[in-house]
Amino acid sequence: MELTAILYSIPWDQILIQTINGIVTGMILALIASGLTLIFGIMDVVNFAHGELFMLGAYIGVIVLATTGNFWLALLIATLVVALLGAAIQIVTLRPLLGRDPLTTILATFGVSLILQNYALWQFGPVARKIQEPFTGHFTLFYLEYPWYRLVIAGLSAAIIGGFWLFLKHGKYGIWIRATTQDRVMAQAMGIPVPWVHTAAFAIGAGMAAASGVLFGPLVGVNHTMGLDWVLKAFIVVVVGGMGNLGGSIAAAIFISLLEAYAAIWVSPAQAVIVSFIVLILTLLFRPTGLFVPTPK
Amino acid sequence: MTKRTNTSYWIAFSIVLALLIIAPLVLPEFWRRFLTEILIWGLLAMSSDILIGYTGMISFGHSAFFGLGMYGAAAALLMFSPPNLWLALAFGLVASALIALFVAYFSTRLRDIYFAITTLIFSQIFYVIVFTWTEVTGGENGLNFPRPRLAIPGLFSVPFTSETMHWFVLAVVTASYLILRRVTRSPFGMVLQSIRENEPRTRAIGYPVERYKIVAVMLSGLFAGLAGVLYAVQNRFAAPDFIFFLVSGETVIFNVMGGIGTLVGPIVGAGFFLLMREFLSRLFGDQFPYLIPLGVVFIVMIIFLPQGLLGFARRWLNR
Repeated sequence: MELTAILYSIPWDQILIQTINGIVTGMILALIASGLTLIFGIMDVVNFAHGELFMLGAYIGVIVLATTGNFWLALLIATLVVALLGAAIQIVTLRPLLGRDPLTTILATFGVSLILQNYALWQFGPVARKIQEPFTGHFTLFYLEYPWYRLVIAGLSAAIIGGFWLFLKHGKYGIWIRATTQDRVMAQAMGIPVPWVHTAAFAIGAGMAAASGVLFGPLVGVNHTMGLDWVLKAFIVVVVGGMGNLGGSIAAAIFISLLEAYAAIWVSPAQAVIVSFIVLILTLLFRPTGLFVPTPK
Repeated sequence: MTKRTNTSYWIAFSIVLALLIIAPLVLPEFWRRFLTEILIWGLLAMSSDILIGYTGMISFGHSAFFGLGMYGAAAALLMFSPPNLWLALAFGLVASALIALFVAYFSTRLRDIYFAITTLIFSQIFYVIVFTWTEVTGGENGLNFPRPRLAIPGLFSVPFTSETMHWFVLAVVTASYLILRRVTRSPFGMVLQSIRENEPRTRAIGYPVERYKIVAVMLSGLFAGLAGVLYAVQNRFAAPDFIFFLVSGETVIFNVMGGIGTLVGPIVGAGFFLLMREFLSRLFGDQFPYLIPLGVVFIVMIIFLPQGLLGFARRWLNR
């Protein structure tokens, strides 16, 4: 086959559309995964309940939006409520497990996820709810009317992650968090209230998950199982990006979302998920410390 | 001393076994099936105890072995007419063993949390494949098939009733328990426990740790597949829901509730979980979200009773 024929056979328009789609979902995923990686980095806890916090955020968004009609207020309240809930969960279930085998924390957060998921099913029923987009403008992209809102989500996620990064880099409590991540015992000796830093980090991670839930709500229906798919993807992202590595997680989130988006051109979206599974397995086999971290010396 | 506790162990074992043999004769139909189901889920949980309790690896992917055992049995029961119990067993075990080999090869290179996540991801891969490959697996609806007869070629052949089903399951579970108990007390089992206690040291002594782990995952997957075959034969259907990772999660819950590293603990845990579920849904109705109170019990047990219900008897059971 000639080169031009090959070039013509590639669906460039679809690839461009899927690139944008991939970046949008990638930013959402990065927002979820950075909360997860923060929690893992600081206290070696793999938070199985992260997807449920995402889902609860979306539900609270639905409720606040229904009562006030203001999307941004819904975003703010959902973030705060879930952050408080996250703090409560950390104090009740994870604090007693501090110093035990890290594997027990997986079990505990798995228990939390079961409780939250079934609570949502019980409280809100199995029918998916919808969050109305705050604005409905479109622009033309080949044969599609592409909604502006999707690009706004990507921008907002990037802004939240950027703000979080600045906070970690320069804020007083951000420095506390980084110090605790590096050396828990030393941080304690320097007078940092380590248990409360853990609680705060968990709350921040939970709040970020909730924010992404509200932002993502308009694109898909909100239902009680939405957390499951996302927590799996976020796990993959966190492992591929290198556990506890913020920049790596963001890169991995976009990388994996792009791969899945391209795969979805040729196979059904349900099967496109397998692509990210394969990326994960290859990463674990060849670079178990993560794709986007410098090779450990 | 050792001799006497050994005797008391076997006496207790015989009493429990005798009670389980008599049970279907006195229990009403519903509870008879319920008890059989506890035994099947118990076998699944017991198989994963080999990894959690004895090797120190938490598998979040046991649903894959269980589900593939189900689908293997389904293939045999649908392909051959009349359906044959032993072919179903053979197919289910081969399917789960192959899957277990595949999963074990990749996942045992990783430890702790990474092992848990990898097994979880593998089970989700099989879930997606089974769910989307509708022509072969029936997709979301799963497969229905006839129940085989309980037969030994040349000796006898009877259709399964709920009593014979129970005895058959009981026989398989008891045999599996005795085999697994023997395995955990063998030199091989000792190496597994040594990996749990101190992996670098085990490697330093000269044991090929990776190979031991692969065999442990395969052994565990094989018995999980056996549980899948039993479940398929009892319920006459296979569905992708059983490959979904919530089943793996429940398996881990059974283990933690009953007491890891005891083999019988997981069966007790399965019984406790299923009885609580039944009790709650009778008390508050079918729609009651029973996993909320059970989840609370689970978390409380992790914090305050990490040894599980049978933890106090662990040394005695492993003597």
